[in-house]
Formats: sequence, structure tokens, C-alpha cells
Amino acid sequence: MIINHPLLGPRDAAEFVYKGDASLINRPDWQADDAAELFHEYLYLRDNPAGEHRELWYHEQGDRSWLIVTRNTLTHDISKVEFARDVALAERSKK
Amino acid sequence: MKYSGFKVIKEALTGHKGWKPVWRTPKPKKEYDVIIVGGGGHGLATAYYLAKEFGITNIAVLEKGWIGSGNVGRNTTIVRSNYLLPGNEPFYEFSMKLWENLEQDFNYNAMVSQRGILNLFHNDAGRDAYARRGNSMMLAGADAVLLDQEGVRKMYPCLDFENARFPIKGGLLQPRGGTVRHDAVAWGYARGADNHGVDIIQNCEVTGMNIENGVCTGVETSQGSIKAKKVAVCVAGSSSRVMSMAGMRLPIESHVLQAFVSEGLKPILPGVVTFGAGHFYVSQSDKGGLVFGGDIDGYNTYAQRGNLPVVEDVCEGGMALMPMIGRARLLRMWGGVMDMSMDGSPFIDKTHINGLYFNGGWCYGGFKATPASGWCYAHLLAKDEPHPVATEYRLDRFRRGAMLDEKGVGAQPNLH
Amino acid sequence: MNQINRIDGGLINRSNKLNFNFNGQSLEGYEGDTLASALLANGHRMVGRSFKYHRPRGIFSAGSEEPNALVQLRTGAYQEPNTRATVTELFHGLEATSQNHRGSLKYDLMAVNDLFSSFLSAGFYYKTFMWPKAFWEKFYEPVIRAAAGLGRLSGEDDPDIYDKGFLHCDVLVVGAGAAGLSAALSAGRAGARVIVMDEDFCMGGRLNVETLSVDDKSGSEWATQALAELSAMGNVRLMTRTTAYGAYDHGIVGALERVTDHLISSEKKPRQILWRVYTKRTILCAGATERPIAFGNNDRPGVMLAGAVRAYVNRWGALPGKRVAVFTNNDDGWRTATDLAAKGVEITAVIDSRDGQPPVDVPKGAAIVMGGRIVDTKGRHGIRSFTLSNGQQIPADCLAVSGGWSPNVQLTCHQRGRPTWREDIAAFVPGGELPQGMSVAGAASGNLSLSSVLLNGHDIGNSVVSDLGFTPSKVKSSSSEEETTGISAFWHVRESKVRAWLDLQNDVTVKDVKLSHQEGFRSVEHLKRYTTLGMATDQGKTANIPALAVMAECTGKSLPETGTTIFRPPYTPVAIGALAGRARGKDFRPSRLSPSHSWAEEQGAVFVEADMWYRAQWFPRTGETHWRQSVDREVTQTRASVGVCDVTTLGKIDVQGRDAAEFLNKVYANAFAKLPVGKVRYGIMLREDGIMMDDGTSARFAENHFVMTTTTANAVSVFRHMEFCRQCLWPEMDVHLISSTEQYAQFAVAGPNARKLLQKVVDSDHDISNEAFPFMACGEITICGGVPARLFRISFSGELAYEIAVPTRYGDSLVRTLMAAGEEFDVTPYGTESLGVMRIEKGHAAGNELNGQTTARDLGMGRMVSKKKDSIGNTLSERDGLNLENGLSLVGFRPVNRSEELKAGSHFITKGNTANMANDEGWMSSVAFSPNLGHSIGLGFIKRGSERMGEVVLATDPIRGGEMDVEIVSAHFIDPEGERLRG
Repeated sequence: MIINHPLLGPRDAAEFVYKGDASLINRPDWQADDAAELFHEYLYLRDNPAGEHRELWYHEQGDRSWLIVTRNTLTHDISKVEFARDVALAERSKK
Repeated sequence: MKYSGFKVIKEALTGHKGWKPVWRTPKPKKEYDVIIVGGGGHGLATAYYLAKEFGITNIAVLEKGWIGSGNVGRNTTIVRSNYLLPGNEPFYEFSMKLWENLEQDFNYNAMVSQRGILNLFHNDAGRDAYARRGNSMMLAGADAVLLDQEGVRKMYPCLDFENARFPIKGGLLQPRGGTVRHDAVAWGYARGADNHGVDIIQNCEVTGMNIENGVCTGVETSQGSIKAKKVAVCVAGSSSRVMSMAGMRLPIESHVLQAFVSEGLKPILPGVVTFGAGHFYVSQSDKGGLVFGGDIDGYNTYAQRGNLPVVEDVCEGGMALMPMIGRARLLRMWGGVMDMSMDGSPFIDKTHINGLYFNGGWCYGGFKATPASGWCYAHLLAKDEPHPVATEYRLDRFRRGAMLDEKGVGAQPNLH
Repeated sequence: MNQINRIDGGLINRSNKLNFNFNGQSLEGYEGDTLASALLANGHRMVGRSFKYHRPRGIFSAGSEEPNALVQLRTGAYQEPNTRATVTELFHGLEATSQNHRGSLKYDLMAVNDLFSSFLSAGFYYKTFMWPKAFWEKFYEPVIRAAAGLGRLSGEDDPDIYDKGFLHCDVLVVGAGAAGLSAALSAGRAGARVIVMDEDFCMGGRLNVETLSVDDKSGSEWATQALAELSAMGNVRLMTRTTAYGAYDHGIVGALERVTDHLISSEKKPRQILWRVYTKRTILCAGATERPIAFGNNDRPGVMLAGAVRAYVNRWGALPGKRVAVFTNNDDGWRTATDLAAKGVEITAVIDSRDGQPPVDVPKGAAIVMGGRIVDTKGRHGIRSFTLSNGQQIPADCLAVSGGWSPNVQLTCHQRGRPTWREDIAAFVPGGELPQGMSVAGAASGNLSLSSVLLNGHDIGNSVVSDLGFTPSKVKSSSSEEETTGISAFWHVRESKVRAWLDLQNDVTVKDVKLSHQEGFRSVEHLKRYTTLGMATDQGKTANIPALAVMAECTGKSLPETGTTIFRPPYTPVAIGALAGRARGKDFRPSRLSPSHSWAEEQGAVFVEADMWYRAQWFPRTGETHWRQSVDREVTQTRASVGVCDVTTLGKIDVQGRDAAEFLNKVYANAFAKLPVGKVRYGIMLREDGIMMDDGTSARFAENHFVMTTTTANAVSVFRHMEFCRQCLWPEMDVHLISSTEQYAQFAVAGPNARKLLQKVVDSDHDISNEAFPFMACGEITICGGVPARLFRISFSGELAYEIAVPTRYGDSLVRTLMAAGEEFDVTPYGTESLGVMRIEKGHAAGNELNGQTTARDLGMGRMVSKKKDSIGNTLSERDGLNLENGLSLVGFRPVNRSEELKAGSHFITKGNTANMANDEGWMSSVAFSPNLGHSIGLGFIKRGSERMGEVVLATDPIRGGEMDVEIVSAHFIDPEGERLRG
């Protein structure tokens, strides 16, 4: 596979390390009343969709940026690549 | 019809006219006691044991494609019970004992071949970990032998002992481990289940779950709606897809594992060998092909195909371990979709929806578990309580903090 | 009788005669021959035996689809099993032997299988060999295995080397026949970067084997001219002997180049190169493969594909037989008759399964049977004659068969593509969902006449480059005469009473397919798996479609409804050595060497692999014959005076920024925010699931600057994790990370004389006295007159100890300086073994304890997990299952009988209980011989361990046949109060 890095252009996926569902950037509040359950869902439960999937890739053999790649799990087509940090910051400003 | 050498000879002499279909092709009935979703190894084994051991015969096995089209037909055929944790080892040893009597039990030659499985280690920490594991196995009544380098060399003189980047220091051998002709397992269970009256329905895809007031009453399928007292899902890589029809999210991701076979070669490898310093395991089939594999590709996917980096990584492991295979040619590579769980261990459990049961999360280790998984799932379906060797395979174990993490890599499925 | 079947013509170089050897017989051929064409030229029809029935097998095709003519090529460690003679380029000195027979090829003892063939029907083995139970493994299976396989591996290491490479281009053209060359000309003329690959050593494809002309030249002349034009273009690369074997995600293509396979010796050059091709577009011009028709005993040597027969005659001047007959269901088959007749070869008959008139002029003297059926053949080691359904017998020593052509759609299906059926050509053609960037041209796309192939290649080449933004050239397509390509699907002769082969290598016959249907194995995949159809080395290239047609006939469905099996890479088999490339032996993985490596080598150190690193394990001195002597000495000497150990391999992470302290406070489970500048703190890091991930230290050099160490094993994963935390979890924090593992050389200096030794190298303006630089102090200093260094007062050994870090380039001289300065203290270097002994003596956890399954609580550090702050793993570490009352805890162990040696990996059982899994209470994780205590000591996990001090339990070790009584003790065997490290 080839991941089109926002800064570095097309790079072979072998340069990256995969982590999983992009929802892992939404870490729950440790002081919430139901923190234990929230953390359980956050860490262990997955949508695991057959189709479009937003997921975390780390450019370990490159610039060390974490990316959120939108990829179809049936076709492997990649429709979007973003810096995870940008997405995380944008989500914070929404809150 | 009973299969035997005598029967084969008789049929050969009379033009093979007497052979009947190995399983019937029935139309689905309106209602069953148990519907098993998924006609793979585990689903067919569940049906077989439910009918044979637990006396429930009004069963349908629904398969969206052809039976055995999932991982039972695309694995590397290894069976073993060399697990570490008390939540796992008794289950896999139970499975091994079922393998040992399987063929006589279901009257089908699945070529269970206890050729031995050898896991190599390359340093002292590896030896310590295997000693711990081997002791676990023996405490659970399984067999295990710790070999030193010379012991390994005697069994496999063709490994790289002289020039290895990670020298072989020894290995953990389970002599009773080995290989089984994978397709025949699906066919044998199908035949056995069919003989007990189980309806095996191919090309019947489940498209919806009928759930009323927290009770599952049946399924919608491509061949119409079918009622059932109990619905037992058993669909490996499709677990999340099917259970989402019941509104459930699972501690599972779907990943692809590639497998490989070489051209047929005269026998050169007696048993199964796994490399401890890279991702590679190999055995030689009765037809002569080297059957081998390695790591999963590592990204979520539902495609039964992988990519080149892993192909190369696996072959690198192969050449590092046994440089004699360089001139053998890789004939075919394929992929299977694995239901990778969050701790690398499976689930055989009821769900919070009455009448809906789940079996999955087998990662890349489902094949060897087939008999025990079928038996224990049948036990759960028949008695509504887990079988004694499968008490830890609960869906709520992460909530409780009771993980079964053999590799110790945590809640990241692609590392298991 | 040399080259008795060689005739005039062909693309061989008759001035270069090549000697070769087949089954011990010396033979001659010419440059340009394949092994197959040379064997045919020498009159060899029988070249091997089939897999199951050991039937005689001859050359069947003239290409990579060959199911029959497999040989063992070369000898010794170079021998290469299952090599297709049809694609093996002849070289001087080639040695080959036939495969799969006991006794000679002609008189194979295993041919007895053929007599019992009716007992060996498809899947018979699933129904028998079950009794008595033990006989499968003891008797039946060994017999089956002994008969398995075809060729043989030498068992010796592959002596050749293999390379890998990457290629980048705009357009990759796969196949250099008429379509490929046309497409390449279009793309090349437009200025695109083009790569053309062909599996053959001579480009041109069927242009080289047909007698059709292009632009009034012969096909091969046109190909030569096209190749000359292409090779003159700077933007085109032509790669012969290169097979594109697989299409992967996002347009990546895998290819194998056979660099030296056509030479007697590779002479240290890579034998093959595996290419990963990154291309914007791929034009698949892989041509088509001819299919046979199944009829009785159609497997005899001499029964060949019709296109192959004329290929041998036209391209190689090699005659497959002297009296040739043709059996066809299409017009193309007739071409074999006319081509051969034009060369003066006797054509005994042309049998066409279709009714009506012959499509072309009939060769003189040939019997013409329209609507004919061949039901049987005769000839023990090769065909002599065949019989028609009307009983007529016709002599022939070569029967050329054509069942039509199947486009080579394989690469179009390597991802999601499924082929679609075209009734007019009775063949599957590429369907939708092609791999990214792929177009198909020529015969591969179902254009079966040369004129349409040329035009199609030209047009697709142009359209692909214009898509890429190039301006297509105005040059017109080359053209060829029109030919007839009529076909009427005909798959097997029903009237045949005897076995009719579909899969020649695996011996799958029409009967087997019917039995498979009868027994319910009707899905294509079930058919394949039950009968082994298409699973031989040729992947059923010639067998699959006819077999599917037989199955379709049984089920009453159409062929497209029956479907095809899924095509998977590789297109043709690829040597495993090539897929591994250089990554074998010592080069399997990179070697990381610490800065003191050369010095340690000079000391005669023994090294051990620690992940990618090589670390000094111990430093034997003269007279020491056993590793324990060296290790005991190193430990004793260190604890008595001073020792030096290279700890460069520990991960080092530089953490900087306004929020650096707060960041560490979140990634460590224990508190870090208030660590004073100039201090080091031990930290434990949890995974989010509450399990221990890693431990190490962080030193605060400035308000906004920390230096962290991790374990060697987790250096990479911890850094990755921290980057995840920084970028994804707390992106608003001002913190930056950089790995400095390789920028600093670091040494532990440990022992009562550590300070004295260091004072000799530390510049005098830095006070490192106990008062000025107490336990857990850190600072930036200079040594040896101005060399910058970092000093940490930390101790893994439990002694008064420091770790000193210098820029990597000073590492070698620092260790030499320390050793020289330490001479007066009898300083010793120590390796990882002594490091291990001393950490066990001190009760420190390491890799065996931090195994990813244990919690801080298990390790006796539960109280370090601060509940007053948010940190990774904090919340989930509170789950019940991780806080069981009878949970594990890490404690020390010693043998009750002190002379016994503890074993890591043994399990603990309460005294009096039976040793079984239910009573299993934990395990011994690390053991060592303590030279200070004079006996074996261990660390291990046992339920409620911390409450059981002094209890004697059984340590059982059935795998090594031992068990012993051990006493639970404190894990701190040495200096439990920690006086030494503060001294």
C-alpha cells in the first residue's frame, strides 16, 4: 500500500506502524463518574467496519508523525490522510 | 454410509456408482431449535457435537458461501496445545485429545498427523519462557520436551546453526502437535452433522437478526427468515459485521493473515518448526508442499489478500532459519480474515440478548481449537453454562480485568 | 543420431552449439533453444512422470503454463526442483534429470499406481486408512509421504545470492508480444517513463512463433524493429527474463528478474532480483494460453498444445513428431497443420469437433474429419496412433490439440477483479474492479487476432499516456493481415470410455470431476480442493477451464455461473530465496554495535544478541574456562571495588518543552511534576490497560528539559507510545521528543570505588562528592579536560554507582580512559550476565518480570501508581481482576538445600498439594548464582507472595524432570537497606 503523507508525499506503507481505530485519540476523562466503563469501551470495543475506516498510522521510518488515514477495509482504497495532531486539536476546539 | 477401505475397493470395482453426496442440500425449514451462523470448522463442529453429544438435532448451519470457505480452508493446518495460561491450556489440550480420536469418531480421514511441533528459542530469556510454558503444559497433562541445540540439530540438521544472526539455542517440542488436512475437517464434521440430521445450508447469508424485547428469535437470510430458539454466531473474521446486526460492538478487529505453499517436494521436513527470532513457521504437507506463514499484515481489513512487505518478511524468516529452501519456489499465497481479539484469546459466551450466543476472537489460532470450540460451544448452547475448560472465554473479561494475554502485548490486536 | 528432429529455420543461432546432459545422456542444442526445444530436437518425447499415477509425461506446451515437462535442473547445492523445461534457456553444460520415478524414467516402479487407478479415485484417502488407529502415522502416511512431491531439495544451503530493488515508472507494460510492443511504442513515443517486462529471454511473444506478417515484414522482424526503436528511447527500459508475478494494493506490481539462470554459473552475481514496481499505470499484455480438449488417454507424450507444436517448428526448428495430427475446435488449430505442412511435415489428419467445412485449405494428404471425436490413443511411452469415435485408427507420433485460447487474466484478479465470460471466444476475459491503474490490451483482453491485438495495444498505450498528461504521438498502428478465429466451445469427448485427463500433473481426470459432483463437491473451490485440480506447479493454467466446463455440464449450469477459482499471486512460482533477498545469515537483521564494541572485542568479550544489538555478555580472562568463572569474578570484583558496563543500548529520549514535566507526569504512573532540577527519579510506565509497559529513569537537567531512559527492549515502542501521547492525546502540550539512544554512549560505573574512579576523569570544577552529588543526583559536567558529559547517580547493581554519558564519538575513548584510570582499583568490565546477577541480587525487575502480563502491584510497586493524577493506565489498573486478593507478587527464592540450582520457568506448588494446573501458584522468572551469597537465588511470582516470607514451597520443573523445595524470601538479597548505593 502507499500512504500519501500530507508533507512527504506518497510513501510505502511499510515505513509506517499501524495502531488501530482513530477513536483512540479520544481518551476519556479519568474523573468522569463512569470512567471505568468509558475506558473499557475506549480501549477494548471496536466498530471494526467493513468499509470506510479511520485509523492511526505512525511514520516511524519517516518524520514520526501520527496520521489518521481514511481507508476502505474492503478495497484498501485510501480517501484521506490527515495529521492526527491537527484532528485532535480540532476536536478539542469543538468541545 | 460408512466409509472404509472395503467400501473404497467395492466402489472401485463397481465404477464408483454408489458414492452419495457427503452432505445433503436441504431447503431451510421455517424454524429450528438452534441456528448456527457460519459453516466453517467451528460452526460445523458445533452442529456435530450438539447433535451427537448433546442430543439436539433440529439444527441448521447457515453458510453465506460454500462450507469451509473461511479460515478452516485457508490455514496452515497446525494443531498443538502448547499454551501457557491456565485459562487456555486445558482448553487446547482438550482439543488435542479430540483431534486424537476425531477420525474414528466421525468416520472421515482428516489425516491427523502428530508429527511434532518445535518452537525454537534463541536466547536464555526465550529458554526460560519456554520452560515456564512447557511446565504449564505438563501440569495440564499435555506433553512437552525442552531441547537444547544438539537436540534440535538431531531433528532438523538442515537449519542454520553455523551462520545465524540469532543462533538457535534450543526449542520447546510438543511431540503430539502436528498437522491435519484442513478441508477434510470441515467436510468430516459436515458429513457427521448431516448424518445426525443437521441441515447444512450453503449460499445462505444472514442479513439481519430478529430481536424482540431483548430476545433473539431468529434471523433474516438471503433465503428468507428463519426462526430459532437459539442463534449461535460463529463467523470468525465476520464477527463484528454479524454482531453489529444485533447492535453489539466487540473487542475484535479483523485482520488478514497470509499463508503460503511451495511447489511439491520430496519429504525433507518431518514436523512443524517455528522460528523464534522472526515471523516464520513451516511444515511439509503429505503432498510435498512446504506450507508456511508468518505475521499478520497488521491493518484492519476484510480482504482475503495481503501485501508484499509481509510476504518478503516471512520469506526472510524462512531463509534465516533454513537457507536450503532458497531454491524451492513459492507456488501460491492467499489470505484469511482473522477475528483478532484484544488479548489474543477467544470468546465462547452468551450475550446480553437472550437466545443469542457468540463464538469468536480466535485470532490466527482457530484451526487447532476446532474440536474443542465446537464441543464447548455445543455445551454452552445445550446447558446454558460454559464447559469447564472454557470458563475464561467470557465477553466481559476486559471489563473485569481478567485478560488472557499469552504474548503480553496488551489491547492491540495486531500485536497478538 | 544427433538432433534428429531438427529442421531448418527458427530463431536459433546454429553457429553456437551447446552441449547439455539429460538423464546422463550427452546431447546438443543451439543458442536460443529452451531445454524443451533441444530435447524435442533430439527426439526425446518422454521427459517425466505424473504425480499420482506415474504415467509417462512429455512436453506439452512451449511456455510457462507447462504442466508436464518438469526437471531437476543442475546438481549439488545448486539443484533446482520442478523446473519447467519449456522456459529453461539452454546453456552450455546444462545438466537436468527427470523427476518422480523409482528406477529409470522408462521403467518406473511406481507406475504400478496406474494399474490401481480405479482405487485411487478423487479423495479416496478421506474414506480409508483409518483403521487400526495407529496405522495412519506409522504406516499409511509414511508410504504416502514417500511418494509425495516431485523434485528434490538438496538439503544444503542455497549457495546463490538474491537482490531486491525498486522501480518507478509512468507505465509498466507486462508482456512484450504484439500488444505489449505496440502499447510500449505508443507510451514511449509520447515521452512517458516506460518499463517493458517479458518472461521470455527473447521479446516478441507469439510474433516469434507465428508465420503471420506485420507491416509486410515477418512478425519476428517487426518485433526486432520495434525493440530497436524502444531501446533507442532514453525513457524506456526493456527487461527480458522478468515476470510480473503479482498485482498488489495501490498499483504496486511485484516482478522477478532471472539474472543468471541462463548461465552455467552466477559467478557471485545475484541469481535473481525481486523488483517492487511503483507505477502510475500498468498495461497488462500477458497474451493468452491455449487449452487442451480432454479425451481418452490424452496424456501420452506427443499429445501437445497445437500452438506449442508450431512454436517448436517455427521458432526453434524442432520437430515434435514426424507424423503430426491436429485435433481442434477452432480455426487457430488449423494453423498448426498449414504451418507444418509448409515445412514439409507429414500431417496425417485434422480432426475438427465442429461440423461444416474446413476453415482453411486442407494440407495435402491429410485426412480431414469434421465433427470428429478422438476417443482414445495408443502408445506406451508416447502416442503412436489415436482412435476416432467411429472406430477409425489414425497413426500419429504427435497430436496437436487446441481447445481455444484463454486470455491470461491472472493479474487482473489478484485483488478484487473477477473475470467475465465471452461466449463468442468461449473464454473468460478481464472483468471489472481491476487493480488500481491497470489496463489490459491484446489477447489478454480477448482480442485474439493479430490485427486486433496490434491496434488494441497501440490505442490503449495512447489512451493511458494521455490520461497521464502526455501527448500521444501521431504514428499510426502497425497492421497485419486478417485471420479467421472462429471457435465453437468443445471441452471433452463424452464418447471416451477410458480416462481423459484435465490436470496432467496432478492426474485429475474427467471422471474425478464427475465423482466430485456426485459426492456434492460442486462449488468450484470444493472441486479444486477435493480433486487437487489446478493445485500443481502450473496452477492449472491449461486445466482449470476445461474442468470447470465438465463441472458445469454436471450441474446443468453455464460455465460463467459455475465461476472460476480465485487467481492468486504468484503468476508463476517464485524462488523463496528471491523473496528473502539478502536478509539471511548474519544479514537477516541489522546489527547494532555499541560505541565500546571494538574495545570489547579486543578484550575477548563474548557477545550476545539483545534485539538488534550485540552486547558484551562477559569478559573472559586468561585461565577462565567456564562462563561462570568470568561472571562470578566480574560480580565479586565490582561489589568489592569497581566495575564498568556499557549501557548505551538503553533507550534514551530527550523530552523538552514548557509542559515537559506535566507530560512525564502523564506517561509515568508515579509523580514527576515536582521532580527538582538536578535530580533523577525511577519511573514506571503502564500501558493503558494498566499492565506494566516499561521502567526506567528520567533526569531533570533544567526546568523544561528531561532525559529519559527506557529498557533496551522497549526503546522503540516507548518512544512511539510517547509520540502518540504527545500528538494524539495531549496535542495542546508544549513538549517535544527526540530519541538520543544513538547520540550518547553510556556506561555504568559501579562499586565502592566508583566515585574514586570517576573523580580521576571528571574535571575538577565538578564536585561529585556524596554531599554535592548524592544518590539520584544528575548533572551536566565535563570530563578529561572539557569533554561534555552527563552524570547520573543511579544504581542498577545496588552499589554506589553512576551512569556517565558522553557524545557517541567519545564512547570508545571513554571506556579506555576509565579502564586505564581504574587500574589502581583493579577495575573490571562486566557484561550483561553480571548485570543480570547483580540486579537479581538486588531484586530489580527486568525483562523476564516486565513480560507484559504483570502489574505494578504484582511487582510490589502498586503504591507507586499515583491516584491523584491522570496517567496512562491509571484508571484501568483498578479493575478487580488486576487487584485480586490472592494475586501474584514478586518475591525472592532460595533453595532449601543451598547446593541445588534453581531453574527459571519452574512453577510453585504449595507443599503437600498435587502438582497440577489447578494448584499452580506462580513461576520462577529469573535465577542466578550469587557469588556473594554462595548459592543459587531467584526471583519469581507467587500468589500472595509478600505475605508468605519464610514459607517453603515446591518448585516443580517437570520439563527438566526436577523439583525442589524453595524458601520464599525478600527479593533484596543484598544490602536490603540500600546503604551501599547511598554511600
